[in-house]
Amino acid sequence: MLIRNRIEPPSSEITPEIDYLNRRQFLGMVGSIGAISATGALAEAVLGGLHPVGAQQGDEVSDEEKVTSYNNYYEFGTDKEDPKANSQQFQARPWSVKIEGMAKKTGDMPLDDFLKPSRVEDRTYRFRCVEAWSAVIPWRGIPLADVIRRAEPLPSAKYIEMTTLYDPRRMPGQRRATIEWPYIEGLRLDEALNPLAFLATGMYGKTLPNQNGAPMRLVVPWKYGFKNIKAIVKIKFTDRPANSTWMKAAADEYGFYANVNPTVDHPRWSQARERKLGDILRRPTLMFNGYEAQVASMYAGMDLRKNF
Amino acid sequence: MTSAVATPARARAKGPRVGRALKPVVFVILLAPAAWLVYAVLTDRIEGDVVKILEINTGELALRSLIYTLAITPLRQITGWAWLATWRRMLGLFVFFYATMHMLIYFGLDLELRFGEIWTSIVKRPYITIGMLSWLILVPLAITSPNWVAKKLGGVKWKRLHQLTYVVAITATTHYLWAVKKDTFWPVVYFGLFAVLLGLRAVRWRRGRDVRAAA
Repeated sequence: MLIRNRIEPPSSEITPEIDYLNRRQFLGMVGSIGAISATGALAEAVLGGLHPVGAQQGDEVSDEEKVTSYNNYYEFGTDKEDPKANSQQFQARPWSVKIEGMAKKTGDMPLDDFLKPSRVEDRTYRFRCVEAWSAVIPWRGIPLADVIRRAEPLPSAKYIEMTTLYDPRRMPGQRRATIEWPYIEGLRLDEALNPLAFLATGMYGKTLPNQNGAPMRLVVPWKYGFKNIKAIVKIKFTDRPANSTWMKAAADEYGFYANVNPTVDHPRWSQARERKLGDILRRPTLMFNGYEAQVASMYAGMDLRKNF
Repeated sequence: MTSAVATPARARAKGPRVGRALKPVVFVILLAPAAWLVYAVLTDRIEGDVVKILEINTGELALRSLIYTLAITPLRQITGWAWLATWRRMLGLFVFFYATMHMLIYFGLDLELRFGEIWTSIVKRPYITIGMLSWLILVPLAITSPNWVAKKLGGVKWKRLHQLTYVVAITATTHYLWAVKKDTFWPVVYFGLFAVLLGLRAVRWRRGRDVRAAA
């Protein structure tokens, strides 16, 4: 209520457990410097630092049960309830991540060493599936940009390509040729460096559940869900865009950019509205899933109808 | 249709009774999923995209009911249980019931009665076009299901009209195939089952024609 003149609605409208904690910290901090009547700008700066989410009305954090029970994760089966049912035996540790391609610091690394240099952050983001359902999820993890910078990409590197674990013994869905294995996704390097891009190792204040992509998955909230590759084992620096799994599966339906865009329909359904998990009625889908201020400049001058 | 199966008088008397006794049971079994879905929605038991889950479930129930409907005649011919035929109309009406639910959920809850979008989906999206066509074919079949309407229509015409069920088996399964994202396992299974059920009829029809030609 304090915050009136804002460029975007503050994330303080989202009220998960984590935020309660942070809000206390925030109030305590503001109180201690005797600036209870802090200006909107200060509040925005502090809160914005904690949560870079541009929250909308009705953006309450989704029910954890729903987010962990309704998943697209073909590695564990094609039905939405398959990943939860078939991933409980999956051992996400030990795990190692390989950095490859056009970078100075390449090689294999245990996941813990890969994560250690970065400060763990909590970020609550909107999530929008290409199938027009959505959720609001409190993630825990590290900025993707940290990882990219540590690898020291060469000037020739323009893209990154990420790969999911391929192990049909541990991922039963891979025993069937539903999509091409392993799952591959990619980003332009500037997209990967965008402060919103995130590598999640947890959600709802807990370790990332197997069905949500343990031990580590990508979160790029302005893009459709399928870009958010799960169980990452490899990050490769390249000079060309990845031929991603869903592009190979249906190039007319799934593009490389896959930016959330209510004005460009999927061939089989409209993208103008979405249904938040648990809701009956739809709500309007926002351009870049509501992160226009943070990401639109990366696509200036591009025909988003062509580059869907 | 005169039954070629010779049934002893006693069995003939017992058969219809079994059929009549079991019919309400079959009715409850087929309606139970609908009741469960309503209950699950009202008590917030559906995890995930509620409307999508309702669509998938009612669509599958319609197709499954169609399998049962088309299985009656071959089953009756194989087993000689003539009383099975007394279930056929009920099963067929379940197809119409679930298909109608499926369509109403799509237009009403998924597209939220936005008529522009409804129209676009029908004319622009082939899987909706063929789904809509499947439902439209079912309408005259449902209308002509009461005895007095069938009688008015006449046996031959009624039979001709209801052979459209075979067309629906193909169009509805095509709708399913085109609607799924990538995993075509179940649509293919349904195609297989319908192929068997229609194939049995084709074989019998050919044999009948040969017999008629020989006579």
